Amino acid sequence: MQPPPDSPTVRVQAEDFDPSREETSLTAGRRDVGAVVSFTGLCRDEDGTLAALELEHYPGMAEEEILRVAREALSRWPLVGLTVIHRHGVIRPGERIVLVVAAARHRGEAFAAAEFLMDYLKTRAPFWKKERRADGAEGGWVAAKGADDAAAARWERGGG
Amino acid sequence: MKAVYFAWVRERIGLSEEEIAPPREVETVRQLVDWLAARGEGYAAAFSNPKTIRAAIDKSHAAPDAPIASAREIAFFPPMTGG
Repeated sequence: MQPPPDSPTVRVQAEDFDPSREETSLTAGRRDVGAVVSFTGLCRDEDGTLAALELEHYPGMAEEEILRVAREALSRWPLVGLTVIHRHGVIRPGERIVLVVAAARHRGEAFAAAEFLMDYLKTRAPFWKKERRADGAEGGWVAAKGADDAAAARWERGGG
Repeated sequence: MKAVYFAWVRERIGLSEEEIAPPREVETVRQLVDWLAARGEGYAAAFSNPKTIRAAIDKSHAAPDAPIASAREIAFFPPMTGG
């Protein structure tokens, strides 16, 4: 078994990304990967009411905090590779916001690590969404959901 | 120290960042919130409900009772909504 990567790939960027290319590059040249779980989060139109999301972020901390969560995932599960990309700026319905790709020998740890990453990103990574409404009215800041806190908290009970 | 603000905290204060010099008796994040809230109407609106305010010291999450003495940069923002 090859040693786990000590540095996951983390990118915070305005540009779009290509999930299949990230998946391919994570496993390129490896023969020990049995499972790749890729999660892509998209911008929803909220039944036609949303024109776009403006994603504000804290430059520097956003990268550092995602890296902290990614390293935590690597310490919990025997992953072979991990890539996390989070966009900022104006994102329209149908466009991609976030990507998590976890590669492992077996599917259990790849699924678990990807879900852990997403649950923690939602409550710990310094990003804030503001809505641009389709009807032109002033949009508001998206409120944090208690369900997201609960989803993150369940990993603190020894999950994984 | 530098204070930085994000999302509706930034909008209510009307600044994205500023240099602040709190007095020595302001020792924790919670006390700094109270001190900032007294600086004017926008600050009072931003910090009217401390439970909805999150803080980071030097780009790392900080609890309300965290000491601020060695902070170079302290950030205030609402609960995060990324992902």
